[in-house]
Amino acid sequence: MTRDFLKGVRDRYDVVVIGAGLAGMTAANALARAGHGVLLLEQHFKLGGLATWFRRPGGHIFDVSLHGFPVGMIKSCRRYWTREIADRIVQLKNIRFDNPMFSLSTTFDRDDFTRLLVERFHIAPDAVGRFFDTARDMNFYDDQAITTRELFDRFFPGREDVVRLLMEPITYANGSTLEDPALTYGIVFSNFMSKGVFTFQGGTDRLVEAMRDEMVRNGVDVRIRANVQRIHVRGGRVEAVTVNGRTVPTRAVVSNANLKTTILDLIGSDRLDRDFVDQVRAVRLNNSSTQVYMALGAGQMIDESCGDLLFSSTAPAFRTDLLLSRDASSRTYSFYYPKTRPERNRCLIVASTNANYADWAELPREEYELAKGNLARSTLDDVEKYVPGIRDKLDHVEVSTPVTFRRYTQHVDGASFGTKFEGLAVSRALPEQIAGMYHAGSVGIIMSGWLGAVNYGVIVANDVDAFLLKK
Amino acid sequence: MTASEIREAILSILSDLAPDEDLSQLKEDVPLRDQLELDSMDFLDIVMELRKRYRVQIPEEDYAALTSMKSTVEYLEPLMKDL
Repeated sequence: MTRDFLKGVRDRYDVVVIGAGLAGMTAANALARAGHGVLLLEQHFKLGGLATWFRRPGGHIFDVSLHGFPVGMIKSCRRYWTREIADRIVQLKNIRFDNPMFSLSTTFDRDDFTRLLVERFHIAPDAVGRFFDTARDMNFYDDQAITTRELFDRFFPGREDVVRLLMEPITYANGSTLEDPALTYGIVFSNFMSKGVFTFQGGTDRLVEAMRDEMVRNGVDVRIRANVQRIHVRGGRVEAVTVNGRTVPTRAVVSNANLKTTILDLIGSDRLDRDFVDQVRAVRLNNSSTQVYMALGAGQMIDESCGDLLFSSTAPAFRTDLLLSRDASSRTYSFYYPKTRPERNRCLIVASTNANYADWAELPREEYELAKGNLARSTLDDVEKYVPGIRDKLDHVEVSTPVTFRRYTQHVDGASFGTKFEGLAVSRALPEQIAGMYHAGSVGIIMSGWLGAVNYGVIVANDVDAFLLKK
Repeated sequence: MTASEIREAILSILSDLAPDEDLSQLKEDVPLRDQLELDSMDFLDIVMELRKRYRVQIPEEDYAALTSMKSTVEYLEPLMKDL
Protein backbone atom coordinates (compact mmCIF):
# COMPACT_ATOMS: atom_id res chain seq x y z
CA MET A 1 0.00 0.00 0.00
CA THR A 2 1.28 3.46 -0.83
CA ARG A 3 1.79 5.93 1.98
CA ASP A 4 -0.81 8.64 2.41
CA PHE A 5 1.15 11.87 2.27
CA LEU A 6 -1.98 13.81 3.17
CA LYS A 7 -2.78 11.91 6.36
CA GLY A 8 -4.27 14.25 8.95
CA VAL A 9 -4.91 17.11 6.52
CA ARG A 10 -7.59 19.39 7.92
CA ASP A 11 -11.09 19.91 6.48
CA ARG A 12 -10.28 23.40 5.23
CA TYR A 13 -7.58 26.06 5.19
CA ASP A 14 -7.38 29.80 4.85
CA VAL A 15 -4.61 29.42 2.27
CA VAL A 16 -3.19 26.57 0.23
CA VAL A 17 0.31 27.23 -1.14
CA ILE A 18 1.19 25.13 -4.17
CA GLY A 19 4.92 24.53 -4.44
CA ALA A 20 7.68 24.83 -1.84
CA GLY A 21 10.14 26.93 -3.80
CA LEU A 22 11.60 29.93 -2.02
CA ALA A 23 8.66 32.20 -2.90
CA GLY A 24 6.12 29.55 -1.86
CA MET A 25 7.84 28.82 1.46
CA THR A 26 8.27 32.52 2.26
CA ALA A 27 4.62 33.29 1.50
CA ALA A 28 3.49 30.27 3.57
CA ASN A 29 5.65 31.33 6.49
CA ALA A 30 4.51 34.97 6.39
CA LEU A 31 0.83 33.97 6.22
CA ALA A 32 1.13 31.50 9.08
CA ARG A 33 2.87 34.17 11.17
CA ALA A 34 -0.06 36.47 10.42
CA GLY A 35 -2.32 33.86 12.01
CA HIS A 36 -3.81 32.14 8.97
CA GLY A 37 -4.27 28.39 8.55
CA VAL A 38 -1.77 27.43 5.82
CA LEU A 39 -1.29 24.17 3.91
CA LEU A 40 1.92 23.94 1.85
CA LEU A 41 1.91 21.30 -0.90
CA GLU A 42 5.10 20.21 -2.67
CA GLN A 43 5.04 17.62 -5.46
CA HIS A 44 8.71 16.60 -4.99
CA PHE A 45 10.03 14.71 -1.96
CA LYS A 46 12.16 17.70 -0.96
CA LEU A 47 11.30 21.30 -0.16
CA GLY A 48 13.20 24.16 -1.80
CA GLY A 49 12.38 24.03 -5.51
CA LEU A 50 15.54 25.09 -7.30
CA ALA A 51 17.07 25.97 -3.95
CA THR A 52 18.17 22.38 -3.82
CA TRP A 53 20.97 19.88 -3.25
CA PHE A 54 21.59 16.16 -3.68
CA ARG A 55 23.75 13.52 -2.05
CA ARG A 56 25.97 10.98 -3.76
CA PRO A 57 27.93 7.98 -2.45
CA GLY A 58 31.31 8.93 -1.03
CA GLY A 59 29.91 11.61 1.28
CA HIS A 60 29.32 14.20 -1.42
CA ILE A 61 26.61 16.84 -1.26
CA PHE A 62 26.10 18.97 -4.35
CA ASP A 63 24.42 22.38 -4.14
CA VAL A 64 22.54 23.33 -7.29
CA SER A 65 22.40 27.10 -6.91
CA LEU A 66 23.84 28.19 -3.59
CA HIS A 67 26.52 30.72 -4.55
CA GLY A 68 25.21 34.11 -5.54
CA PHE A 69 23.01 35.68 -2.87
CA PRO A 70 22.78 39.48 -3.10
CA VAL A 71 23.43 41.35 0.14
CA GLY A 72 19.69 42.03 0.55
CA MET A 73 19.21 38.36 1.46
CA ILE A 74 20.62 39.09 4.92
CA LYS A 75 17.93 41.63 5.74
CA SER A 76 15.11 39.67 4.09
CA CYS A 77 16.06 36.43 5.85
CA ARG A 78 16.34 38.20 9.20
CA ARG A 79 12.95 39.80 8.79
CA TYR A 80 10.91 37.09 7.07
CA TRP A 81 12.76 33.99 8.35
CA THR A 82 15.06 33.88 11.35
CA ARG A 83 18.15 35.59 12.69
CA GLU A 84 19.92 32.21 12.69
CA ILE A 85 19.42 31.92 8.94
CA ALA A 86 20.51 35.51 8.32
CA ASP A 87 23.63 35.08 10.46
CA ARG A 88 24.88 32.24 8.27
CA ILE A 89 24.94 34.35 5.11
CA VAL A 90 28.58 35.13 4.35
CA GLN A 91 30.37 36.99 1.58
CA LEU A 92 32.27 35.28 -1.23
CA LYS A 93 35.20 37.57 -1.81
CA ASN A 94 36.98 36.12 -4.80
CA ILE A 95 34.86 36.48 -7.93
CA ARG A 96 36.86 35.79 -11.09
CA PHE A 97 36.47 36.41 -14.79
CA ASP A 98 38.53 34.61 -17.40
CA ASN A 99 37.84 35.13 -21.10
CA PRO A 100 39.70 36.19 -24.27
CA MET A 101 39.06 39.85 -23.44
CA PHE A 102 40.24 39.98 -19.83
CA SER A 103 41.15 37.96 -16.79
CA LEU A 104 40.59 39.48 -13.36
CA SER A 105 39.44 38.98 -9.80
CA THR A 106 37.02 41.22 -7.88
CA THR A 107 35.16 41.51 -4.59
CA PHE A 108 32.11 42.35 -6.72
CA ASP A 109 30.96 45.61 -5.19
CA ARG A 110 30.50 49.09 -6.56
CA ASP A 111 33.86 50.36 -5.27
CA ASP A 112 35.80 47.50 -6.79
CA PHE A 113 33.92 47.66 -10.09
CA THR A 114 34.63 51.38 -10.24
CA ARG A 115 38.31 50.74 -9.58
CA LEU A 116 38.47 48.08 -12.30
CA LEU A 117 36.56 50.14 -14.86
CA VAL A 118 38.79 53.14 -14.31
CA GLU A 119 42.18 51.44 -13.90
CA ARG A 120 41.90 48.37 -16.11
CA PHE A 121 39.31 49.42 -18.66
CA HIS A 122 40.30 53.12 -18.74
CA ILE A 123 36.75 54.44 -18.50
CA ALA A 124 36.37 58.02 -17.26
CA PRO A 125 35.41 57.98 -13.55
CA ASP A 126 32.41 60.26 -14.05
CA ALA A 127 31.00 57.96 -16.77
CA VAL A 128 31.28 55.02 -14.36
CA GLY A 129 29.60 57.04 -11.62
CA ARG A 130 26.78 58.13 -13.89
CA PHE A 131 26.22 54.57 -15.09
CA PHE A 132 25.97 53.19 -11.55
CA ASP A 133 23.65 56.01 -10.50
CA THR A 134 21.42 55.50 -13.55
CA ALA A 135 21.20 51.75 -12.94
CA ARG A 136 20.47 52.27 -9.25
CA ASP A 137 17.71 54.81 -9.85
CA MET A 138 15.82 52.64 -12.32
CA ASN A 139 12.48 51.38 -11.19
CA PHE A 140 9.48 49.47 -12.26
CA TYR A 141 7.65 52.47 -13.69
CA ASP A 142 10.45 53.45 -16.05
CA ASP A 143 10.35 53.26 -19.79
CA GLN A 144 10.43 49.62 -20.80
CA ALA A 145 11.38 50.29 -24.41
CA ILE A 146 15.09 50.73 -23.68
CA THR A 147 17.01 47.46 -23.72
CA THR A 148 19.99 46.59 -21.60
CA ARG A 149 22.11 46.70 -24.76
CA GLU A 150 21.01 50.31 -25.37
CA LEU A 151 21.78 51.21 -21.77
CA PHE A 152 25.35 49.95 -22.15
CA ASP A 153 25.74 51.64 -25.53
CA ARG A 154 24.79 54.96 -23.97
CA PHE A 155 27.52 54.83 -21.33
CA PHE A 156 30.17 52.58 -22.85
CA PRO A 157 29.80 52.77 -26.65
CA GLY A 158 31.81 50.16 -28.50
CA ARG A 159 33.12 48.61 -25.28
CA GLU A 160 32.18 44.95 -25.59
CA ASP A 161 34.64 44.12 -22.82
CA VAL A 162 32.82 46.39 -20.36
CA VAL A 163 29.46 44.95 -21.43
CA ARG A 164 30.82 41.51 -20.72
CA LEU A 165 32.10 42.43 -17.26
CA LEU A 166 28.81 44.00 -16.27
CA MET A 167 26.43 41.56 -17.94
CA GLU A 168 27.88 38.06 -17.65
CA PRO A 169 27.21 37.74 -13.89
CA ILE A 170 23.62 38.95 -14.24
CA THR A 171 22.95 36.47 -17.00
CA TYR A 172 24.26 33.75 -14.71
CA ALA A 173 22.12 35.00 -11.85
CA ASN A 174 18.78 35.32 -13.61
CA GLY A 175 19.05 34.31 -17.26
CA SER A 176 18.43 37.82 -18.57
CA THR A 177 19.97 38.99 -21.82
CA LEU A 178 21.00 42.20 -23.57
CA GLU A 179 17.63 42.19 -25.32
CA ASP A 180 15.62 42.42 -22.08
CA PRO A 181 14.34 45.79 -20.76
CA ALA A 182 17.11 47.89 -19.21
CA LEU A 183 15.07 48.44 -16.05
CA THR A 184 15.31 44.71 -15.23
CA TYR A 185 19.07 45.07 -15.40
CA GLY A 186 19.06 48.23 -13.31
CA ILE A 187 16.91 46.75 -10.55
CA VAL A 188 18.82 43.48 -10.33
CA PHE A 189 22.18 45.20 -10.69
CA SER A 190 21.57 47.56 -7.79
CA ASN A 191 20.62 44.60 -5.58
CA PHE A 192 23.26 42.23 -6.83
CA MET A 193 26.34 44.25 -7.55
CA SER A 194 26.39 47.00 -4.98
CA LYS A 195 27.76 45.10 -2.00
CA GLY A 196 29.24 41.81 -3.12
CA VAL A 197 28.16 38.21 -3.61
CA PHE A 198 27.09 36.02 -0.71
CA THR A 199 26.33 32.41 0.11
CA PHE A 200 24.84 30.36 2.93
CA GLN A 201 27.33 28.67 5.20
CA GLY A 202 26.20 25.13 5.96
CA GLY A 203 24.78 24.28 2.54
CA THR A 204 21.36 24.39 0.90
CA ASP A 205 20.17 21.37 2.91
CA ARG A 206 20.78 23.22 6.16
CA LEU A 207 19.08 26.37 4.86
CA VAL A 208 15.95 24.57 3.67
CA GLU A 209 15.81 22.51 6.86
CA ALA A 210 15.95 25.71 8.94
CA MET A 211 13.13 27.15 6.81
CA ARG A 212 11.04 24.01 7.24
CA ASP A 213 11.55 24.11 11.03
CA GLU A 214 10.48 27.75 11.12
CA MET A 215 7.37 27.07 9.02
CA VAL A 216 6.38 24.20 11.32
CA ARG A 217 6.96 26.40 14.38
CA ASN A 218 4.61 28.97 12.89
CA GLY A 219 1.97 26.34 12.22
CA VAL A 220 2.29 25.71 8.46
CA ASP A 221 1.00 22.24 7.55
CA VAL A 222 3.87 21.09 5.27
CA ARG A 223 3.32 18.17 2.88
CA ILE A 224 5.72 16.60 0.37
CA ARG A 225 4.85 14.28 -2.54
CA ALA A 226 1.61 16.20 -2.73
CA ASN A 227 0.84 16.89 -6.36
CA VAL A 228 -1.88 19.43 -7.06
CA GLN A 229 -3.96 18.50 -10.08
CA ARG A 230 -6.64 21.15 -10.02
CA ILE A 231 -7.56 24.53 -8.58
CA HIS A 232 -11.34 24.78 -8.24
CA VAL A 233 -13.06 28.06 -9.03
CA ARG A 234 -16.72 28.85 -8.58
CA GLY A 235 -18.50 32.13 -9.16
CA GLY A 236 -15.20 33.90 -9.79
CA ARG A 237 -13.71 32.74 -6.48
CA VAL A 238 -11.24 30.09 -5.45
CA GLU A 239 -12.95 27.33 -3.48
CA ALA A 240 -10.63 24.31 -3.26
CA VAL A 241 -7.67 22.40 -4.67
CA THR A 242 -7.45 18.75 -5.65
CA VAL A 243 -4.22 17.16 -4.45
CA ASN A 244 -3.29 13.48 -4.84
CA GLY A 245 -6.95 12.88 -5.76
CA ARG A 246 -8.33 14.54 -2.62
CA THR A 247 -10.21 17.85 -2.64
CA VAL A 248 -9.26 20.35 0.07
CA PRO A 249 -11.42 23.48 0.51
CA THR A 250 -9.61 26.79 0.95
CA ARG A 251 -10.35 30.52 0.87
CA ALA A 252 -7.21 31.45 -1.04
CA VAL A 253 -4.51 29.81 -3.14
CA VAL A 254 -0.93 30.96 -3.71
CA SER A 255 0.65 29.08 -6.58
CA ASN A 256 4.43 28.85 -6.64
CA ALA A 257 4.16 26.55 -9.64
CA ASN A 258 5.17 27.83 -13.07
CA LEU A 259 2.96 30.79 -14.04
CA LYS A 260 1.67 29.24 -17.27
CA THR A 261 1.05 25.83 -15.70
CA THR A 262 -0.87 27.48 -12.87
CA ILE A 263 -3.19 29.40 -15.13
CA LEU A 264 -3.57 27.19 -18.19
CA ASP A 265 -3.48 23.75 -16.56
CA LEU A 266 -4.36 23.97 -12.85
CA ILE A 267 -7.11 26.60 -13.26
CA GLY A 268 -7.96 26.05 -16.91
CA SER A 269 -8.39 28.67 -19.62
CA ASP A 270 -12.17 28.13 -19.75
CA ARG A 271 -12.45 29.83 -16.35
CA LEU A 272 -10.83 33.03 -17.52
CA ASP A 273 -11.32 36.10 -19.57
CA ARG A 274 -10.17 35.53 -23.13
CA ASP A 275 -7.87 38.55 -23.33
CA PHE A 276 -6.18 37.45 -20.14
CA VAL A 277 -5.64 33.95 -21.50
CA ASP A 278 -4.04 35.47 -24.61
CA GLN A 279 -1.71 37.48 -22.37
CA VAL A 280 -0.79 34.34 -20.45
CA ARG A 281 -0.04 32.44 -23.64
CA ALA A 282 2.17 35.28 -24.84
CA VAL A 283 4.40 35.20 -21.75
CA ARG A 284 7.88 34.06 -22.73
CA LEU A 285 9.71 31.70 -20.41
CA ASN A 286 13.30 32.18 -19.52
CA ASN A 287 15.83 29.61 -20.58
CA SER A 288 16.88 26.52 -18.69
CA SER A 289 20.34 25.33 -17.67
CA THR A 290 22.82 22.51 -17.80
CA GLN A 291 25.09 21.74 -14.89
CA VAL A 292 28.14 19.53 -14.48
CA TYR A 293 28.75 18.41 -10.89
CA MET A 294 32.28 17.43 -9.93
CA ALA A 295 33.22 16.03 -6.52
CA LEU A 296 36.82 15.59 -5.51
CA GLY A 297 37.79 12.54 -3.50
CA ALA A 298 38.40 12.68 0.25
CA GLY A 299 41.67 14.49 0.96
CA GLN A 300 41.83 16.11 -2.51
CA MET A 301 41.85 19.88 -2.16
CA ILE A 302 41.56 22.86 -4.48
CA ASP A 303 43.40 26.03 -3.58
CA GLU A 304 40.95 28.80 -2.68
CA SER A 305 42.77 31.15 -5.04
CA CYS A 306 40.74 29.45 -7.80
CA GLY A 307 37.96 31.74 -6.69
CA ASP A 308 34.44 31.26 -5.39
CA LEU A 309 32.59 32.07 -8.58
CA LEU A 310 34.43 31.99 -11.89
CA PHE A 311 32.90 33.32 -15.10
CA SER A 312 34.88 31.45 -17.71
CA SER A 313 34.50 31.74 -21.46
CA THR A 314 36.43 30.96 -24.61
CA ALA A 315 33.96 32.90 -26.77
CA PRO A 316 35.55 35.98 -28.35
CA ALA A 317 32.66 38.22 -27.28
CA PHE A 318 29.56 38.16 -25.08
CA ARG A 319 26.55 37.05 -27.11
CA THR A 320 23.26 35.72 -25.82
CA ASP A 321 22.82 33.09 -28.52
CA LEU A 322 26.31 31.74 -27.88
CA LEU A 323 25.51 31.45 -24.20
CA LEU A 324 22.61 29.12 -24.88
CA SER A 325 24.38 26.90 -27.40
CA ARG A 326 24.87 23.20 -26.66
CA ASP A 327 28.56 23.61 -27.52
CA ALA A 328 29.08 25.58 -24.36
CA SER A 329 31.87 28.08 -24.67
CA SER A 330 30.85 29.98 -21.54
CA ARG A 331 30.50 28.46 -18.10
CA THR A 332 30.08 29.71 -14.58
CA TYR A 333 31.91 27.69 -11.98
CA SER A 334 30.87 27.62 -8.35
CA PHE A 335 33.75 26.35 -6.24
CA TYR A 336 32.65 24.83 -2.96
CA TYR A 337 35.51 24.56 -0.49
CA PRO A 338 35.39 22.81 2.89
CA LYS A 339 34.22 26.13 4.40
CA THR A 340 30.72 25.48 2.96
CA ARG A 341 30.31 22.34 5.08
CA PRO A 342 33.32 22.22 7.41
CA GLU A 343 32.33 18.89 8.97
CA ARG A 344 32.66 17.14 5.59
CA ASN A 345 35.95 18.67 4.47
CA ARG A 346 35.26 18.27 0.76
CA CYS A 347 35.86 20.27 -2.41
CA LEU A 348 33.26 20.32 -5.17
CA ILE A 349 32.82 22.24 -8.40
CA VAL A 350 29.53 22.94 -10.15
CA ALA A 351 29.68 24.26 -13.73
CA SER A 352 26.52 25.99 -14.95
CA THR A 353 25.58 26.94 -18.49
CA ASN A 354 22.36 28.48 -19.72
CA ALA A 355 20.60 26.20 -22.19
CA ASN A 356 17.50 25.73 -24.36
CA TYR A 357 15.07 23.00 -23.41
CA ALA A 358 14.36 22.04 -27.03
CA ASP A 359 18.04 21.40 -27.77
CA TRP A 360 18.01 18.58 -25.22
CA ALA A 361 14.42 17.35 -25.01
CA GLU A 362 14.22 16.42 -28.67
CA LEU A 363 17.32 14.22 -28.68
CA PRO A 364 16.80 10.47 -29.00
CA ARG A 365 17.82 8.60 -25.82
CA GLU A 366 21.20 7.47 -27.10
CA GLU A 367 22.18 10.87 -28.46
CA TYR A 368 21.04 12.49 -25.22
CA GLU A 369 23.37 10.29 -23.18
CA LEU A 370 26.16 10.96 -25.67
CA ALA A 371 25.59 14.71 -25.42
CA LYS A 372 25.76 14.52 -21.63
CA GLY A 373 29.04 12.64 -21.86
CA ASN A 374 30.42 15.24 -24.25
CA LEU A 375 29.38 18.05 -21.93
CA ALA A 376 31.15 16.38 -18.99
CA ARG A 377 34.28 15.82 -21.10
CA SER A 378 34.50 19.36 -22.49
CA THR A 379 33.83 20.81 -19.04
CA LEU A 380 36.63 18.75 -17.49
CA ASP A 381 38.98 19.86 -20.29
CA ASP A 382 38.11 23.44 -19.40
CA VAL A 383 38.46 22.93 -15.63
CA GLU A 384 41.95 21.53 -16.24
CA LYS A 385 43.06 25.14 -16.90
CA TYR A 386 42.15 26.12 -13.36
CA VAL A 387 42.69 22.87 -11.46
CA PRO A 388 45.54 20.96 -13.10
CA GLY A 389 45.14 17.19 -12.90
CA ILE A 390 41.43 17.51 -12.10
CA ARG A 391 40.56 14.09 -13.57
CA ASP A 392 42.86 12.29 -11.14
CA LYS A 393 41.35 14.09 -8.17
CA LEU A 394 37.73 13.37 -9.01
CA ASP A 395 35.52 10.89 -7.27
CA HIS A 396 32.18 11.63 -8.91
CA VAL A 397 30.97 13.46 -12.03
CA GLU A 398 27.36 13.95 -13.05
CA VAL A 399 25.46 16.05 -15.59
CA SER A 400 22.02 17.63 -15.46
CA THR A 401 20.24 19.11 -18.46
CA PRO A 402 17.04 21.11 -19.06
CA VAL A 403 15.26 17.74 -19.10
CA THR A 404 16.49 17.11 -15.54
CA PHE A 405 15.28 20.53 -14.42
CA ARG A 406 11.91 19.85 -16.00
CA ARG A 407 11.60 16.49 -14.23
CA TYR A 408 12.30 17.76 -10.73
CA THR A 409 10.56 21.13 -10.83
CA GLN A 410 7.80 20.33 -13.36
CA HIS A 411 8.45 23.75 -14.84
CA VAL A 412 7.45 24.17 -18.46
CA ASP A 413 10.58 23.67 -20.60
CA GLY A 414 12.66 23.23 -17.47
CA ALA A 415 12.72 27.03 -17.12
CA SER A 416 15.27 27.76 -14.41
CA PHE A 417 14.71 31.52 -14.20
CA GLY A 418 10.93 31.89 -14.49
CA THR A 419 9.54 34.21 -17.13
CA LYS A 420 10.55 37.26 -19.11
CA PHE A 421 9.42 40.72 -18.00
CA GLU A 422 5.77 40.46 -19.13
CA GLY A 423 5.20 37.53 -16.73
CA LEU A 424 5.18 39.90 -13.75
CA ALA A 425 2.11 41.83 -14.92
CA VAL A 426 0.25 38.58 -15.57
CA SER A 427 1.20 37.19 -12.16
CA ARG A 428 0.03 40.40 -10.46
CA ALA A 429 -3.25 40.50 -12.43
CA LEU A 430 -4.35 36.97 -11.54
CA PRO A 431 -6.30 37.97 -8.38
CA GLU A 432 -8.32 40.44 -10.49
CA GLN A 433 -9.44 37.49 -12.60
CA ILE A 434 -10.25 35.14 -9.74
CA ALA A 435 -10.84 36.30 -6.18
CA GLY A 436 -8.44 34.58 -3.78
CA MET A 437 -6.12 33.30 -6.51
CA TYR A 438 -2.48 34.43 -6.32
CA HIS A 439 0.81 33.53 -7.95
CA ALA A 440 4.26 33.94 -6.38
CA GLY A 441 7.36 32.68 -8.09
CA SER A 442 10.14 33.63 -10.46
CA VAL A 443 8.60 36.09 -12.89
CA GLY A 444 9.61 39.15 -14.81
CA ILE A 445 13.37 38.75 -14.23
CA ILE A 446 13.31 41.17 -11.29
CA MET A 447 11.31 38.76 -9.13
CA SER A 448 13.71 35.94 -9.88
CA GLY A 449 16.75 34.54 -8.13
CA TRP A 450 17.21 34.11 -4.38
CA LEU A 451 16.21 37.60 -3.24
CA GLY A 452 13.53 38.17 -5.87
CA ALA A 453 11.80 34.93 -4.86
CA VAL A 454 11.87 35.69 -1.13
CA ASN A 455 10.63 39.25 -1.57
CA TYR A 456 7.94 38.33 -4.06
CA GLY A 457 6.70 35.72 -1.58
CA VAL A 458 6.34 38.51 1.00
CA ILE A 459 4.66 40.91 -1.43
CA VAL A 460 2.06 38.30 -2.38
CA ALA A 461 1.57 37.23 1.25
CA ASN A 462 0.71 40.87 2.01
CA ASP A 463 -1.98 40.83 -0.69
CA VAL A 464 -3.38 37.52 0.55
CA ASP A 465 -3.43 38.73 4.17
CA ALA A 466 -5.40 41.82 3.10
CA PHE A 467 -7.81 39.63 1.12
CA LEU A 468 -8.41 37.24 4.01
CA LEU A 469 -9.09 40.05 6.47
CA LYS A 470 -11.56 41.79 4.19
CA LYS A 471 -14.58 39.76 5.26
CA MET B 1 -6.46 57.42 18.18
CA THR B 2 -5.23 61.00 18.10
CA ALA B 3 -2.68 62.30 15.63
CA SER B 4 0.07 62.08 18.23
CA GLU B 5 -0.89 58.52 19.14
CA ILE B 6 -0.78 57.57 15.48
CA ARG B 7 2.62 59.17 15.24
CA GLU B 8 3.81 57.08 18.21
CA ALA B 9 2.42 53.95 16.55
CA ILE B 10 4.37 54.67 13.35
CA LEU B 11 7.53 55.33 15.35
CA SER B 12 7.10 52.03 17.14
CA ILE B 13 6.85 50.18 13.81
CA LEU B 14 9.83 52.07 12.40
CA SER B 15 11.98 51.29 15.42
CA ASP B 16 11.22 47.58 14.97
CA LEU B 17 12.04 47.73 11.26
CA ALA B 18 15.15 49.87 11.60
CA PRO B 19 16.52 49.19 15.10
CA ASP B 20 19.84 50.87 14.34
CA GLU B 21 18.35 54.21 13.29
CA ASP B 22 17.99 57.25 15.55
CA LEU B 23 14.35 58.24 15.21
CA SER B 24 14.40 61.15 17.64
CA GLN B 25 15.57 63.62 15.00
CA LEU B 26 12.99 62.63 12.38
CA LYS B 27 11.71 65.66 10.45
CA GLU B 28 7.95 65.78 9.90
CA ASP B 29 7.69 66.77 6.27
CA VAL B 30 10.91 65.37 4.79
CA PRO B 31 10.45 62.02 3.01
CA LEU B 32 11.25 59.11 5.36
CA ARG B 33 13.36 57.62 2.60
CA ASP B 34 15.70 60.62 2.67
CA GLN B 35 16.23 60.35 6.42
CA LEU B 36 16.31 56.59 7.00
CA GLU B 37 17.70 53.65 5.05
CA LEU B 38 14.33 52.39 3.84
CA ASP B 39 13.65 50.43 0.66
CA SER B 40 10.37 49.44 -0.96
CA MET B 41 10.19 46.25 1.12
CA ASP B 42 10.38 48.36 4.29
CA PHE B 43 7.34 50.37 3.19
CA LEU B 44 5.50 47.13 2.51
CA ASP B 45 6.40 46.00 6.02
CA ILE B 46 4.95 49.22 7.46
CA VAL B 47 1.69 48.48 5.62
CA MET B 48 1.68 44.89 6.90
CA GLU B 49 2.39 45.94 10.49
CA LEU B 50 -0.39 48.54 10.45
CA ARG B 51 -2.80 45.86 9.31
CA LYS B 52 -1.53 43.37 11.88
CA ARG B 53 -1.55 45.76 14.84
CA TYR B 54 -4.56 47.97 14.03
CA ARG B 55 -6.42 46.18 11.24
CA VAL B 56 -5.93 49.19 9.00
CA GLN B 57 -6.11 48.34 5.30
CA ILE B 58 -4.03 50.49 2.96
CA PRO B 59 -4.64 49.74 -0.73
CA GLU B 60 -1.60 49.68 -2.99
CA GLU B 61 -2.65 52.84 -4.83
CA ASP B 62 -2.41 54.78 -1.55
CA TYR B 63 1.15 53.70 -0.68
CA ALA B 64 2.42 57.07 -1.90
CA ALA B 65 0.70 58.66 1.12
CA LEU B 66 3.33 57.07 3.35
CA THR B 67 6.09 59.36 2.09
CA SER B 68 6.77 61.50 5.15
CA MET B 69 5.71 61.27 8.78
CA LYS B 70 3.33 64.21 8.27
CA SER B 71 1.65 62.74 5.18
CA THR B 72 1.41 59.31 6.84
CA VAL B 73 -0.30 60.63 9.96
CA GLU B 74 -2.68 62.79 7.88
CA TYR B 75 -3.58 59.80 5.72
CA LEU B 76 -4.14 57.49 8.71
CA GLU B 77 -6.10 59.91 10.92
CA PRO B 78 -9.56 59.26 9.41
CA LEU B 79 -8.82 55.51 9.24
CA MET B 80 -7.67 55.24 12.86
CA LYS B 81 -9.70 57.87 14.69
CA ASP B 82 -12.18 55.32 16.07
CA LEU B 83 -9.57 52.86 17.32
